[in-house]
Amino acid sequence: MAVADPQSTEPTVVVDDLHVVYRVYGAGGDRGTAATALFRIVGRKRRPSIREVHAIRGLSFVAYRGDAVGIIGRNGAGKSTLLRAIAGLLPPERGAVYTMCEASLLGVNAALLEDLTGERNVVLGCLAMGMTKREIKDKFQHIVDFSGVGEFIHLPMKTYSSGMGSRLRFAIAAAKSHEILLIDEALATGDAEFRVKSHARIDELRRQAGTVFLVAHDLEEVEDTCNRVIWLEQGTIVEQGEDVIGIIDRYIDASGGEKVTRDPVTRKRISAPEPATA
Amino acid sequence: MRSTRLKSPGQLLETGAVPAAAQHGAAADVPGDSLAALAAQHGLKPSAERPRLGLYLRELARRWNFIMGFATARNIAMYTEAKLGQLWQILAPLLNAGVYFLIFGLLIKGVSRGVPDYLVFLVTGVFVFSFTQRTFISTSKVITDSLPLIRALQFPRASLPLAYVMIELQQMLLSLVVLFGLVLARGEPLTWNWLLVIPATLLLIMFNAGIGLFAARTGARVNDFAQLLPFLMRTWLYVSGVIYSVQQVVVQHAQNYGWATTLLQLNPAAIYITLFRNSLLASQRASAFGAQPYNAANCYAWAGTGKPAGVSTKAWDTATKAVSNGTPHGHSLSQYGSAYCHPTFVSTHLWQLGAGWAVVALLLGFWFFWRKEVNYGRG
Repeated sequence: MAVADPQSTEPTVVVDDLHVVYRVYGAGGDRGTAATALFRIVGRKRRPSIREVHAIRGLSFVAYRGDAVGIIGRNGAGKSTLLRAIAGLLPPERGAVYTMCEASLLGVNAALLEDLTGERNVVLGCLAMGMTKREIKDKFQHIVDFSGVGEFIHLPMKTYSSGMGSRLRFAIAAAKSHEILLIDEALATGDAEFRVKSHARIDELRRQAGTVFLVAHDLEEVEDTCNRVIWLEQGTIVEQGEDVIGIIDRYIDASGGEKVTRDPVTRKRISAPEPATA
Repeated sequence: MRSTRLKSPGQLLETGAVPAAAQHGAAADVPGDSLAALAAQHGLKPSAERPRLGLYLRELARRWNFIMGFATARNIAMYTEAKLGQLWQILAPLLNAGVYFLIFGLLIKGVSRGVPDYLVFLVTGVFVFSFTQRTFISTSKVITDSLPLIRALQFPRASLPLAYVMIELQQMLLSLVVLFGLVLARGEPLTWNWLLVIPATLLLIMFNAGIGLFAARTGARVNDFAQLLPFLMRTWLYVSGVIYSVQQVVVQHAQNYGWATTLLQLNPAAIYITLFRNSLLASQRASAFGAQPYNAANCYAWAGTGKPAGVSTKAWDTATKAVSNGTPHGHSLSQYGSAYCHPTFVSTHLWQLGAGWAVVALLLGFWFFWRKEVNYGRG
């Protein structure tokens, strides 16, 4: 665990028996010709190509001010869906998510405007977050420096590598202090130097009495950044709590991952480099 | 298993076999009440809740710079790959008008009948209508196009369709500059009436913003809408009097299909096109219904119908001859005959109706879009 900030007992996110169902179009079914479509409509049949995917099945938990919550689990466990539901982007099928304020989701797929230069993306992103032109002027250089994309800031974002793109997106979103920040694999593509910077920024956001949710396949990152962890499997919680290292180790056991050797006293990874923010 | 689990939906965390580490954790010490009560106690709001209308409007107003910045950036990106670049913003409407003129002005003579100075009549119609048409088509895709942006950042989603309206407005303003040049080149006098283009444009912006918001929600929710839209737009184009004179159809069918001709005139696109034409073109003002004292023979001879009851044969012969000979010169009955017809309710209340459509479209469109605000990131 990186930071042991004093936590308040003021909840910022309450997830109450949340169910999320996706309706997926074009998931196979008929042969997809005009004739089959016509027969379907004439016969008043439901589209076979609509499949319902029950991605989240009754989750309940509470997150408090100052929490950094790691969400771990296999692919398709519902981690990203959970973040989207917290952000209010996916309406719940049943149950509810209550938040103190709007949550900002920062995902790896969240390209802003591909055709436009990084510069314009910074300005537009900040404007969209409701910053004034003056604030943007003050923060612009800081965002560019933080992202580390350098000269590429003058080129369209479609020319960026995936790492550069997500670094810039993180820098834009982190420019504003969010009370609830949801990070979906956004840091996975960054290089070592950027990780150190982003960990520092996440800790800073936490200290500003915010709540951070982090989805990551890189368990070391969760270990370094989070004070709580939620382990999801097929849309339900397997285990959650403050014993980050214990839960991660059990998750590694269950998913057949490579065992981590730990120092018996500090419980830190022996082979791993020192966490920068410890 | 050492875990905190859920018993059943709505139930709280099981406390039986909680590991010591998890027990002091923030997750485990939920008060005895339900989670919903806990949320209510601390003033937490459902995340997928629609913001109140007043708050939403305030947030939207704060995004004015974003709307304009987004529009400008999109406009710049739109033509960057083309060699002629931004020149296309002027070339596209010109070519568009050129095609219509080639077909309906030169090849098919019938539609230009009964209209003074058909070229500028047509070009005004094409430019005004294409503002509405382009807005409708582009805003129907705005949510799908901007999904990454919507999923990344929180902002009032109505900013996006409004930004697209601003993109099309910039295009429209350039078209207007071309139009002014063309109208002056055709020898139209520059009069104070031209200033009426400003309120007409403002009303059209309001109307287009309304239908843009409508199209944005519909296009985001119903994927079939995008397939249907080209047909809808073409039908709308043909009933809006872009290419032919609605006045002529009105006189021809007023007797048997009075209600249909009223609907045809009430069509908002037809109203805005007429407002622009009347503001810019003296020939249109001179040929508007009721511009001359009523004369049944002149009116019906111009419309090309049979002799109406109550008109003497002599007067009818004079009128039909004048129409076929193109006399009197400079104000021929074949082109300006509509001026002798009775004014209709619509032709005398154009501004009121234009304003009415603008307000209704904007309010309804905004309300319609706002209702589904939380669903737009769903994809």
